[in-house]
Amino acid sequence: MKWSLPENIATYGGKIDAIFWVITVVTGIAFVLVEVGIIWFAVKYRRREGRRAYYTHGNKALEVLWTSVPALALVALGIYSADVWAQIKGRDSAPAGSLMLGVRAKQFEWNVTYPGADGTLGTSDDFVVRNQLHFPVNRPILIQLESEDVLHSFFIPQLRVKQDAVPGMTIPVWFEATKTGGYQIGCAELCGLGHYRMRARVTIHEPDEYERWHAEQVASR
Amino acid sequence: MAGAVTYYAGRAPERGLAVYTQKVGMWVFLASEVMFFTSLIGSYIILRFGASETWPLPGEVLNIPITAINTFILICSSVTMVKAFAAAEVGDKRGTRLFTLATALIGSTFLGVQILEYRELLHEGFGPSSGLYGSTFYTMTGFHGFHVFSGVCCLFWASWKAFRGGYDNRAYKGLEVLGLYWHFVDLVWIILFTVVYLI
Amino acid sequence: MATIVAEPTGRPVVREPHELSFIRKYIFSSDHKVIGIQFLFLSLFFLLAGGLLAMMIRWQLAWPGQPMPLGSLFPETMAPDGIMLPEFYNSLVTMHGTFMIFFAVMLLLVGVFANYLIPLQIGAPDMAFPRINMASFWVAVPAGLIALASFLVEGGAAGAGWTSYAPLSAMPEASGVSLGQQMWIVSLVLLGLSSILGSTNYITTVINMRAPGMTWMRLPLTVWALFITAILALLSMPVLTGAMIMLLFDQTIGTHFFLPAEGGQPLLWQHLFWFFGHPEVYILILPAMGFTSEILANGSRKPVFGYHAMVGALVSIAVLGFMVWGHHMFQSGMNPLLATSFMVSTMVIAVPSAIKTFNWMGTMWRGNLHFHTPMLFAIGFVMLFVIGGLSGIFMASAPFDIFIHDTYFIVAHIHYVLFGGALFGIFAAIYYWFPKMFGRMMNEKLGKVHFALTFLFFNLVFFPMHTQGLAGMMRRLYQTTGYEHLEGLQWTHVLITISAFGLFLSGMLFAVNFAWSLFRGPKAPANPWNATTLEWQTPSPPMHGNWEEVPVVYHGPHEYSHPDVADKDWLAQNERPDVVSPARP
Repeated sequence: MKWSLPENIATYGGKIDAIFWVITVVTGIAFVLVEVGIIWFAVKYRRREGRRAYYTHGNKALEVLWTSVPALALVALGIYSADVWAQIKGRDSAPAGSLMLGVRAKQFEWNVTYPGADGTLGTSDDFVVRNQLHFPVNRPILIQLESEDVLHSFFIPQLRVKQDAVPGMTIPVWFEATKTGGYQIGCAELCGLGHYRMRARVTIHEPDEYERWHAEQVASR
Repeated sequence: MAGAVTYYAGRAPERGLAVYTQKVGMWVFLASEVMFFTSLIGSYIILRFGASETWPLPGEVLNIPITAINTFILICSSVTMVKAFAAAEVGDKRGTRLFTLATALIGSTFLGVQILEYRELLHEGFGPSSGLYGSTFYTMTGFHGFHVFSGVCCLFWASWKAFRGGYDNRAYKGLEVLGLYWHFVDLVWIILFTVVYLI
Repeated sequence: MATIVAEPTGRPVVREPHELSFIRKYIFSSDHKVIGIQFLFLSLFFLLAGGLLAMMIRWQLAWPGQPMPLGSLFPETMAPDGIMLPEFYNSLVTMHGTFMIFFAVMLLLVGVFANYLIPLQIGAPDMAFPRINMASFWVAVPAGLIALASFLVEGGAAGAGWTSYAPLSAMPEASGVSLGQQMWIVSLVLLGLSSILGSTNYITTVINMRAPGMTWMRLPLTVWALFITAILALLSMPVLTGAMIMLLFDQTIGTHFFLPAEGGQPLLWQHLFWFFGHPEVYILILPAMGFTSEILANGSRKPVFGYHAMVGALVSIAVLGFMVWGHHMFQSGMNPLLATSFMVSTMVIAVPSAIKTFNWMGTMWRGNLHFHTPMLFAIGFVMLFVIGGLSGIFMASAPFDIFIHDTYFIVAHIHYVLFGGALFGIFAAIYYWFPKMFGRMMNEKLGKVHFALTFLFFNLVFFPMHTQGLAGMMRRLYQTTGYEHLEGLQWTHVLITISAFGLFLSGMLFAVNFAWSLFRGPKAPANPWNATTLEWQTPSPPMHGNWEEVPVVYHGPHEYSHPDVADKDWLAQNERPDVVSPARP
C-alpha cells in the first residue's frame, strides 16, 4: 500500500507506527476543527449590508482553554515519544547478544563488515562485502555505523531505521527483523552527485540459512 | 514659518529607552557582535573538549608575556577613550584631540604587535592549517583583529574630526558611541586572551 | 519647501529644501519607502528565479532522463542535449532553497515590509539610521549577484543543499564544487551583514521613534511581528556568519573546523547552522503572521481577537526559538538524551502557534467579512499554515522522525509553512499595501483568480508529497527510480510536476497584475480598505518624511466596529478623542 507507511518488519516498528497513528488522529481532529471552523465562519459571517461586526477584544476563558489543551496534548505526546525514543535509539538500548556488524559508508556505496570464522567483529579475519547486507531474522542486529568521507544516512524503510553516518564517529544502530526477504538500503542524506544511486541489497535469512551463507563467505576468502 | 511642517505636535515621541537613538543603535548592534564572537568562542570550546589529540599547554606555542603586554596596551586605549569622551563632554577641545588620537595610536600599536606575533608564529611553522589549535587561534584572533582595525580606522577619522573642532559639550555622541564599540572590542580581547592563551 | 524633522531629542533639524537628483531619489535613496520598494523588485526577481529552478527540478523528477524544453540552451556542463546532470540537479536544489529562503521570502518579509511599514505604522518620519538602511540594500544586491553568478563558474553553483552540511560542503574533492560553494558562502555572509544592519535599524526605530501615544500595546501586530523578527535575525544571523566563515576557511586557508580527518567536527556545522536556522524559520513566518492578523481584522471588521495573547505568543516564540534547534538533528548522531530535551522544547513551541491560529479564528468569528483579495490570501494563510504546523508535530516526535526525516514529508512540511504560510502572507501583504506603495489599486478580479488558482495548485503540488514521504521517498534524489519501495509512485511525480507548472503560471498572473497595476491601476485613495493604522492616514503614496504633521496616537491598533463610533466601522489610531470619543481603550 503506497498511501501510508510501507510494510513493517521491525520488532520496534509497531511502536513507531503507533505514534504515527496517534499523531494522525490528534492532528486530524485539530485539522478538521480549524478548517471546518474557518469555512463555516467565512460562510456564516460573510458581509451583509447593515450588519455590524461584534466588537470584542477576546475572551480570557477561551484563550486559557485553547492554550492549555494543546499544551497538555503536546507535552503528553512528548513524554510518550521520549519513552519510545529511548527504547530505540538510547545509547545502551541494543539488546544483549546482538549480532555485531560494521557498516562503513562512502561515496556512493555501503561496505558491510562481517565477523570472520571467530564470530567476533574487530578481529583480523573480518571480511567486507560491498553493497550486501545479510543478517538473520528474529535476532537483534547491532551495526557500528561509520563514514569514510561525507555524511550519509543509513535508511531501510521497512525496518523503520534511519541513522546518519558521520565521518569521525562510530554510531551504534540496532534493529531486529521479524520477516525474511530482500530489501534495500537507501541513502537519505545528500552526499554528492551519486546520492540518488547509493543503495545496497539487504537480505534477511532464516538463521540456519544465514549461517550457511556466512560459512560460504568465510570459506571463499 | 511658511510651508513648514511641525512634528510631534508639541509632544515627545514614545521612547522605550531613555537614551538617544545612536546609543540604542550601538547597543543593538553590539548584541549582534556578542553572538558573532559567541559562535567563534563556542566552537572553540566544543572543538577543544571534543578533540582527540592533546591540546598544547599554555605558553607551549604562544608567547604569553608579549601578549600580556599587548593586552595591557589595549586596556590603556580604553582608558584614553574614556578620557577623550570626558574631555568632549566638558568642552575641552584640546583634551578631546589628544586623547582621541592617543586611542587611535595605541590601538594601532596593538595591531602592530599582533602582526609581529603572527609573523613570528608563521615563521615557526604554526599556521591556520596547524591542527584545530591553529584553525581556531587564527580565526578568533584574526576576527578580533579585524574589529580592532575597523575601530582604529574610525578613531583616526574621529581624530581628524576632533582636530577640526568637531566635538564639544553639545556634540559628543559620535565619540560616545565609538567608545562603546571600542570598550566592547577591548572586553572581547580580555575574554579571548583568557580562553586562548591562558587556559 | 523646508521641512523640520524632530530628532528624537526633540532638537529640530531643517532639511535642505532642494529637489533630490534622480540618483539620490531612486537609486541611492535613504528614504525607507524607496528602499522598501527597491527590496520589493529585488526579491520578486529572486522569487521568479527560484520558481524557474523549481520548474527544472520538477521536470527531472517527473520525466528523468528526458531532455528539458529549451534544454539545449544549457551548456554541456549542466545539461548535455538538454538532459540535466546529477551535479546540476544538486545545484538546482541548493540554489532553489537559497534563493527562496534568503533572497525571496526573507527579503520580501523583512527587507520590503519592515522597511516600508515600520516607520509608517509607528508614526515616524523615517528609520533611525537612513544611511545604514541604504547600505543594507546595497549590500544585498551584490549578495544576490554573486549567488546568481555562481552558476557560471567552473564546477557550477553550490550543490550541498541549502543547509550545506559539512563535510560535503567543505570538501571540493567530494562535491565537485569549489568556487561555487565559496561564492555561496560570500553571498550569504553579505546577506547576513545586510540583515544585521537592517535589524539594528528596525529595532532601534521601534524602541525609540514611536509617535506620541504609540505605546507598546498600541503597536499594530505587524510591527510587533517585524520587531520580534528583527531581534531573531540580529541574534541568529551572526552565528550563521561565524559558521560560514569557518566553512570558507576550511576550503581556502586549510583550517579544519569541520573536517574530521584532522579532528574537526562535522556535527558542529549542524549545531551552528540550526542555531541560526531555527530562529530563521520563525524569521520566515512571524512577519506573515503579523500581516495576517492585521488583514484578518480589517477584512472581518473586528479587533484582533486576543491582542495581548498574540503579542505574548510572538515573544515566547522568540525566546523558545533559540532552544529547539536540535530537532533538526534527531538522526544526526547527536547524543540521544539531548534529542529528548529538544523534543520536549519543540513540543512546547508548538503552543504559541496554536494560540495564534485559534485567535485568528476568533477574529473571524461574528465578524462582517469582506472578501477582498488580501483577505482571501490571509484566510488561505491560516488554512495552509495549520497543515504545515500540524505536520510539524509528526517530525517533532523523535521516534517517528526516524522514518520521515529527510523524506518528502519534510519537503511537504517546509513548503506548507514557507509557501502556504509565508508566501500567502506575502501575497496578502502585497495586495493590501500595494495602493499605499504605488498610489494605485491592483486588479481585484485578477487577484481573486490568482488566489483561487494558487490555492488549488499549491495543494495539488505539496499535499501528495506527504504521502510520498510516508512511502519512504528520500529528499534530494536526482531520480527516484530504482528503489523497490517506491515502485509505482512515478505517476505522483508527474501529477505534482504538472500541478507545479500550473502553480508557476498562476504566479505569472500575479506578475501581470502587478506590472499592469503599477502603470494602469486606478488611482488609490489614502485609505482604500477603511483601515485603522497610521499608514492609511497619510496620502498614497506618502510624501518624503511621511507626514504633514506627525500623528498623535489615541487608540489601539485594530479598532474596527467600535460601538461608540456610529457613522463608520473603523476608528483610526490618531483620531482625536474629542472628535469621536470612545470609552476605551
